[in-house]
Amino acid sequence: MGKLPLEGVRVTTLTVVWAGPFAEMLLADWGAEVIRVESLQRFANSTRGYLPRPSPAYVKAAAVLAAYPNDEAGERPWNRCALFNFHARNKLSCSMDLTRVEGKELFKRLIAKSDVFFENNASGVVDRLGIGYPVLKEINPGLVMVSLPGYGATGPYKSFHGFGYHQEAFTGHTWLRGYPDLDPSNTSVAVHADAAAGANTAYAVMLALIQRRRTGKGQFVDLAQTEVAISHQSDSVLDYTMNGRARGSIGNRHYSAAPCGVYRCQGEDEWVAITVNDDREWAGFCRALSPSTGSTEWTGAERFSSSIGRWNNQDELDKLVEDWTRQRSNYEVMYALQDQGVPAGPVINNQAAFDDPQLKARGQFEETHQEECGTHLTPGLLWRAKNTPNHIRLPAVRLGEHNKYVHKDIIGISDEEYARLEKEGHIGVDLAPHLK
Amino acid sequence: MFEQALSGVKVIDLTHHISGPYCTKMLADYGAEVVKVERPGCGDGARNMGPFMKDGPHPEKSGMFAYLNTNKQGITLDLKSQTGKAILLRLIESADMLVENFSPRVMPSLGLTYERLKEINPRLVMASISNFGQTGPYRDFKASELVLNAMGTEMYSRGISTREPLKLGGNAVQFQAGAVAALATTIAYWQALEGGYGDHLDISIFETQISTIDLRGGSLLGYQYSGRVATRKEPGTNRGYPNDVYMCSDGYAQIGHHALEFFPRVLKMLGHPEELSDPAMGTEAGQMDDDLKGIFEAYFIPWCLERTKLEIFLLGQAANLPVGPINTMEDVTKDPHFEAREFFVDVEHPAMGTVRMPGAPFRMGDNPWKLRWPAPLLGQHNEEVLGPLGYAKEDLVKLREAGVI
Repeated sequence: MGKLPLEGVRVTTLTVVWAGPFAEMLLADWGAEVIRVESLQRFANSTRGYLPRPSPAYVKAAAVLAAYPNDEAGERPWNRCALFNFHARNKLSCSMDLTRVEGKELFKRLIAKSDVFFENNASGVVDRLGIGYPVLKEINPGLVMVSLPGYGATGPYKSFHGFGYHQEAFTGHTWLRGYPDLDPSNTSVAVHADAAAGANTAYAVMLALIQRRRTGKGQFVDLAQTEVAISHQSDSVLDYTMNGRARGSIGNRHYSAAPCGVYRCQGEDEWVAITVNDDREWAGFCRALSPSTGSTEWTGAERFSSSIGRWNNQDELDKLVEDWTRQRSNYEVMYALQDQGVPAGPVINNQAAFDDPQLKARGQFEETHQEECGTHLTPGLLWRAKNTPNHIRLPAVRLGEHNKYVHKDIIGISDEEYARLEKEGHIGVDLAPHLK
Repeated sequence: MFEQALSGVKVIDLTHHISGPYCTKMLADYGAEVVKVERPGCGDGARNMGPFMKDGPHPEKSGMFAYLNTNKQGITLDLKSQTGKAILLRLIESADMLVENFSPRVMPSLGLTYERLKEINPRLVMASISNFGQTGPYRDFKASELVLNAMGTEMYSRGISTREPLKLGGNAVQFQAGAVAALATTIAYWQALEGGYGDHLDISIFETQISTIDLRGGSLLGYQYSGRVATRKEPGTNRGYPNDVYMCSDGYAQIGHHALEFFPRVLKMLGHPEELSDPAMGTEAGQMDDDLKGIFEAYFIPWCLERTKLEIFLLGQAANLPVGPINTMEDVTKDPHFEAREFFVDVEHPAMGTVRMPGAPFRMGDNPWKLRWPAPLLGQHNEEVLGPLGYAKEDLVKLREAGVI
């Protein structure tokens, strides 16, 4: 014990944006040696930032999720962007130029010593680079390879691309999650598709590794991010296939529970979420509002006494609930309702999360120190294992940080060759100067 | 013999509702032998969750249950009875995994702690999925899909500033927790195979949200970096163009991305119209200029209104521009791409008839996702599962009369 489960598993990747990188993180967190292969000549948009070398004005205006430490891009912006750094812990990075012959050769030598390779470029990209599965399996028959483009390896849209939120739209999710009374331009983007595809990719890798233990053979896995995203909305798929009903959005409401919503609380832009599923929870809700008698003038009303009555009168109910929540802080409402067995919780923002008592008690945020960014709290592991205590081991990886290890120790090139490849721009820690 | 990745892997499934069953579905669909244990009489609460076949509420006609429990064997056991517990322990002796998503106080109250279970099966992987985790001040708190969205931090910045924050559609958070749990369970199983010892996994849905990728991970670290709070967007804010939802002749499409490199592709899609020939539009300053945006939209909005969302999707893709038509589930289930890939599968269910549902989330070359049988009717496999433990038919009758099964 004490060893991490995936120690000894080497995973090489060629990933962009988030879906692939999330799969890397999930495997790296549990001990896999994850090697990101990155290019110095090409800047993959929305991966290590939105721009290679953003201006100070751009940095100041950047979305919080793409923030830089102290809103300064620094000497090497690609090592400092939150967009990348939050998932980049526990990984290794090396550089190669896969558009040149030498780069492809280095890559193939790395694949020969890897257990797993995955990539989430548009379908066809790795084939055009000459490093598709048919080539790689000749080099390493035990290789597990996952390709996870937006639309999969086959079908009329196989070469189509898009970011997570375009796939959300395509797969029906955007239509299901807007304000019921406003058009979808008000919905704002979400990228659940990235999270779903990342977790499924890591799972596919584990299944293929388990299979390989028995057969000694690797395999290719075709994962379409859109198909995973659809799976996560199966209830709406089934309502269409079984009942012919193409659901629209019900916002924060529920198909049977009421009240179910987010309600304003004391303070500026503070909210609490409440769901009352059944009569027992409604009784708890009533007790929370009036601990002594168990009902107030309105909670005791006949029209709210049954599930159907509450559901049919939810416009009125929502207003009454909010009259009560407005006078309290969101955490106060949570404690009052949870005390009575009613599901409730604050709408926590990216600042308040760091003060949440549960996350604090369980140490969900871990302090990490990255040389070019300093010391910060980072969201930690997704689960705990009793016999395998585990924490973030390495901070967000810098571009090319492990070039020596990967090129010399794994691939096995000589010092002279290393120096030559450095000179020729394959190996390095800086993006090419022409990338602005 | 091992025709699927998890063929021969034995899973005891003490889950209900969504997150736990989705986890064990992912195991079962790739070959694991999953025995789902339900409460005698009523079974998994998901049997009462809509949508129902032909809108007819019935415990054997829930579409959700039918989707979440494919390829599982179903038995009923009263875990509060001594006999029920003894049967469960016998099943656990030879199991590889046990997955449960009771409230954290339940398993200890039944005497089914990991400490006890590992004594009878040291290689057992036990996965406990809960709303907030097995420890901490919220351990016993209740949650709902909405509450989990709210506490997961991303919801706060979803929607517009003048309105309330918006949750994700359906039950996305619980599905995601189920997928993460399936991964966690197989990683621990790998450890049992390689290292010879099992583990107890504590999977908090709350934490699978806090530490996930999407807009939240970056925003949490972004707060640490900049001290800024991620808020909901102001309606009408210019975030570059086109980078929004646009109305089409038959609905809406999500068009563009805020990075500069995409503007030339927009012009390519539009066929380089003269009206949009000002080179300033493709610059960082021009993309932030409201007058230029006005000129752009005066051309672009009518252009979109004259075309269907699918036409714009195809034209955009031909120009390498990210576009996503805002599809309904009708569009999705009829889309030619998913038809060509045969993504949706028809399941023959004894009480529901043919049910069309999403198929393989990913396709493995050598050991496919396979639909072996539909979700179990309540207690359907009592005889098959308990028979090999030495319970004859007459014993099952007695167990049934005693309310154990």
